[in-house]
Amino acid sequence: MARILPKKDVVIIGLGWTGAIMAHELTDEGLDVIAIERGPWRDAPTDFPPSQMQDELRYRVRHELFLRPDQLTFTFRNKMDQTALPIRSWGAFMPPNGVGGGGVHWNAEMWRFLPSDFVLKTHLTQRYGKAFLPEDMTIQDWGITYDELEPYYDRFEYLCGTSGTAGNLRGEIKEGGNPFEGPRSRDYPTKAQAQPFSQTLFGKAARDLGYKPFPQPSGNLSTAYTNPLGLRMGPCTYCGFCEWFGCSNYSKASPQTTILPVLVRKSNFTARDNSEVVKINTDRSGKRATGVTFIDTSGNEWEQPADLVILSAFSVFNAQLMLHSGIGQPYDPVSGKGTIGRNFTHQTISSVNGFFDSKKYNFNPFIASGSIGMCIDEFNGDNFDHGPHGFVGGGYVGQVQTGARPIESTLTPPGTPKWGTAWKNAVRDNYLSTVKPGTGVHGSFYAYRDIYLDLDPLYKDRLGRPLMRMTIDMKENEVKQNRFLTDKFAEVIQAMGANQIAKSYRTAPYDMTTYQTTHVNGGVIMGEDPTTSAVNRYLQSWDVPNLFVLGASAFPQNAGYNPTLTVGALAFWTADAIRNKYLKSPGSLVNA
Amino acid sequence: MPRNAVVARSLGAFALIAIFAQTVPAVAGEVDHQDFTRVERGRYLATASDCISCHTVPGSGRPFAGGRPIETPFGNIVAPNITPDLETGIGAWTDDEFDTAVRKGIGPRSGRLYPAMPYTAYTKMSRDDVLAIRAYLSTVQPVSNRVVANTLPFPFNIRTAMLVWNALYFKQGEYAFDPQKPREWNRGAFLVDGPAHCGACHTPKSMLGGDKVAQYLQGSYLQGWSAPDITNDANRGLGNWTIEDIATYLKTGHNRTTAATGPMAEAVDLSFSKLTDDDARAIATYLKSLPGRQDTPPPLAKDTPVMVAGNAIYRDQCAACHGLDGKGIARLFPSIADSSMVRSDDPTTVIRIVLRGARSVATKAEPTAPGMPSYAWQLTDEQIAAVLTYMRNAWGGAAPEVKPAEVTRLKSSLALRPD
Amino acid sequence: MEALADRIIPPDPQTPGGKDSGSAVFVDRQLAGAYGAQEGLYLRPPFLAGTKNQGHQSEAGPREEYQKGLAALDRACQAKYAGKHFADLSDGEKDDVLHGLESGAFKLDGTDGKAFFEQAIKDVQMGFFADPIYGGNRDMVAWKMIGYPGARYNYLDWVNRHNEKFPLPPVSMTGRAEWTPASTGGK
Repeated sequence: MARILPKKDVVIIGLGWTGAIMAHELTDEGLDVIAIERGPWRDAPTDFPPSQMQDELRYRVRHELFLRPDQLTFTFRNKMDQTALPIRSWGAFMPPNGVGGGGVHWNAEMWRFLPSDFVLKTHLTQRYGKAFLPEDMTIQDWGITYDELEPYYDRFEYLCGTSGTAGNLRGEIKEGGNPFEGPRSRDYPTKAQAQPFSQTLFGKAARDLGYKPFPQPSGNLSTAYTNPLGLRMGPCTYCGFCEWFGCSNYSKASPQTTILPVLVRKSNFTARDNSEVVKINTDRSGKRATGVTFIDTSGNEWEQPADLVILSAFSVFNAQLMLHSGIGQPYDPVSGKGTIGRNFTHQTISSVNGFFDSKKYNFNPFIASGSIGMCIDEFNGDNFDHGPHGFVGGGYVGQVQTGARPIESTLTPPGTPKWGTAWKNAVRDNYLSTVKPGTGVHGSFYAYRDIYLDLDPLYKDRLGRPLMRMTIDMKENEVKQNRFLTDKFAEVIQAMGANQIAKSYRTAPYDMTTYQTTHVNGGVIMGEDPTTSAVNRYLQSWDVPNLFVLGASAFPQNAGYNPTLTVGALAFWTADAIRNKYLKSPGSLVNA
Repeated sequence: MPRNAVVARSLGAFALIAIFAQTVPAVAGEVDHQDFTRVERGRYLATASDCISCHTVPGSGRPFAGGRPIETPFGNIVAPNITPDLETGIGAWTDDEFDTAVRKGIGPRSGRLYPAMPYTAYTKMSRDDVLAIRAYLSTVQPVSNRVVANTLPFPFNIRTAMLVWNALYFKQGEYAFDPQKPREWNRGAFLVDGPAHCGACHTPKSMLGGDKVAQYLQGSYLQGWSAPDITNDANRGLGNWTIEDIATYLKTGHNRTTAATGPMAEAVDLSFSKLTDDDARAIATYLKSLPGRQDTPPPLAKDTPVMVAGNAIYRDQCAACHGLDGKGIARLFPSIADSSMVRSDDPTTVIRIVLRGARSVATKAEPTAPGMPSYAWQLTDEQIAAVLTYMRNAWGGAAPEVKPAEVTRLKSSLALRPD
Repeated sequence: MEALADRIIPPDPQTPGGKDSGSAVFVDRQLAGAYGAQEGLYLRPPFLAGTKNQGHQSEAGPREEYQKGLAALDRACQAKYAGKHFADLSDGEKDDVLHGLESGAFKLDGTDGKAFFEQAIKDVQMGFFADPIYGGNRDMVAWKMIGYPGARYNYLDWVNRHNEKFPLPPVSMTGRAEWTPASTGGK
């Protein structure tokens, strides 16, 4: 029998980026807020000090900062006629756990989506005709435009101190930035990071080929910065231990560096860590959330009542909790009805490695930040005519090499034996002169009728609840898109002066064992139509108006960019809607 | 627990006090103890005097209720309850008794107080100041908390021995305004030597625990920390800080070169951050007027084995935050190059910070509170000594070598101390 | 295991091999620890066979797989090489065996020899490049071999120095020799 705690105005499920943003906003509004986080508290000097963090084995290979599958995992199959089996050990993506969530150990790559991304269905249909889109593709418009979201992109960028070069400043295209980006109202808060040798060389090669390269927008700062909350960050020192690792010297944007120290000192904020929310409770009508039930590490059940529930547990956990709580109709791919679990997407990733003459090139590849890289955006979204190519979507490509940690970065040219003296010599000769972009090709992943989430019929978690099942595959559209992008990328790598390049394409079937970013999205998507979306344009549940669901679960499909900047912007957008509209008049903000 | 609930619960006790106070006959010509301006003045002076720090068990939620052990070189002394509780606090004391305790060091029942209670500094305040403090203390939540007025071990448990000590070290008397100096300087001198009692930590002590007056504010050891020199000495003191730097440090806990940690973090949090900007500047002005030692030794040569090893450790480790040039990041990571504290004669604080790590203070103006990790797991005593020696001599400042034995000694004495 | 390590990473005049650099110690410690015991993984039944891209679906973890694999390897060598264990074969014979495992031609009974060898290569090489604190990469020999400067944090003065050799020696999480003052001989 759950013990009932005193009521709060707001309960926030998960204290990652979106939870922290919402907690900050709603405490400023004067509400009494509690955030409940499944994982532990995390703090830089205690948990990721310098000299302990540069441990590739511990944090990258054994992924110590991440969720343990034993605590919670998913099942996976490619197709609906297969039996889904548990993801017993993480591979294709790696869910975060703990205060700060993925914001602790991300690369801090901070991209805005294109204006056309938000009205994708309308835009592509208009340009190419309905028949051009694959029959089972279920992309949708978001219900919000880039222009509406722009001020919130700006807010999140300034919260983080993002380092970049503007490409489109209020409609004026600026040299050195991304000419394809949507117009931004003001420049980046700090200038772009300096690029090491191989990244600079890529930029030069790209320019020579007629492209417009620009530095990747970075949440690893180029200079010291004080954010709007008064929190101080330092400049990134290019340690090369970014993704998978916490930042030791306050130079990577995270909830810890940009929000939490101010948040935890507010008397109207409480955080509970090591507490796992297992259900969002609703009243008899099913139309009103009354709070949440969570369990502590002793297995005791507690109930936290609240007037307003914010679900910000990370995209896939959002979907799972909606399913476990019976909120919204689960998606059925056969009938096409239902909304929870619909439009699950990932990211289409591949790369090209370049092997250079070690007598002429020394890249010092271990000098890097998480969002270093010269990139080109000519092949993203609908920035080029897809007519001749027979696919839609695209992505940025770039020399995004975030370090050269030796366990993973001792590549050898194709054909080299995998062991023995020849291998050893090849490693010796190539380490300093290899270009190894991690996610060099970062392509979109559009939505399909039979790529979705639901509850598994066979496997259960440690609490006896069904695991969530992921049915996901690489479709021909994405395979073609990736081939096209990878070949273009390879041209630039070659033009840098490589002796030998090694292309790897992303092909079908979708492989759950090789890492492809943790940009898993969808499942609780936003939209204008309650029959095909789970939340409205303010990320408010259509079914339960005092429930808002934040995160990339809202993406109707994934664009060719890293998702976090859009995730954070949407959180600010929703916070605004709650503060200025919902609190004054609780109820559905959109009459469908 | 929200404050209003606490207040609501204690209204009963409060009403009792109010009635009792009203039965004490008012004396003609004396100021009303419940006067708003008096209580406000008392609150400010109590804040400047940092009464709350010693007289509150941290985290207890019972301000001024006593019970906190104050460490002295001679043993621990437990601070009494100074809430207005009638039985266990000072509610029943007369004004004279209160004034005598604070400015003369004699309690009504306990007899002579130990100078852990800095009456030797508070003597600089006027009777009016002290009674204003009393007026304020009369308005705080009364707490029933019987604190046993404890004793130090023999022979210090003989409080009348304090007579001798006072004869040696206690110069009774209010602050004397110096007409040759500007108002601001005088205000600073009053604060430093009076309520803020800086010398209690920053002036070295004799074997009997009295101030070594000749080394006024030149740094001292206490409670497992070394408080630095705060005179205007360029090498070890505030010589390279502007008045602005000092004032900002006091008000926010951070400035362009350093951050407050340890006991000073608490002092900033509870006391200095709440002073007016003018008072912070006054303190700064006064401190900058004190010439201090002005005897900087030459720096150690860079090519000695210890310096070379220290350089290697610094480059590989410390530079992560403190920068390749030793200058840190303003208001985030202290500048070692500019740190006079690093060059203190007594390296206790810097050794302790390397061994234990440190958390700087969070204030409203500077909420980040960056922390430094502990390196005890990684560096040997010899290595810690080498890197500290390097940092003390590498960037224009100079200080004697830190010896491995000092690190070893501090390690074992710290073992018994909580963080 | 040491014999395996020394063929996967043979010694040469410049750099020790897998055995002397400690890769076998590394693997041993990893198998004795959380990794070997599959701690934190989802190990609930049923264990069904799936497609390759559904990942590892057996209850047996690395510890069991190594124990089985090494035993099966020795048995197979004894059968083929007149009773000799893998460690007793000549270098050339060892390499023949390993090439056979790699191609699938040399089969082990009760165990997938190809998969086992693939995992051994991965783990031995991992130990070679990991921080010496884990048992392999003794004295940072692998890092010296490739020019990786180790557990550093601040490269700000080198970001813009393009195509120049980074001059500092590698440092591990527990330091390097130069951290101890020279005259005391590293007490």
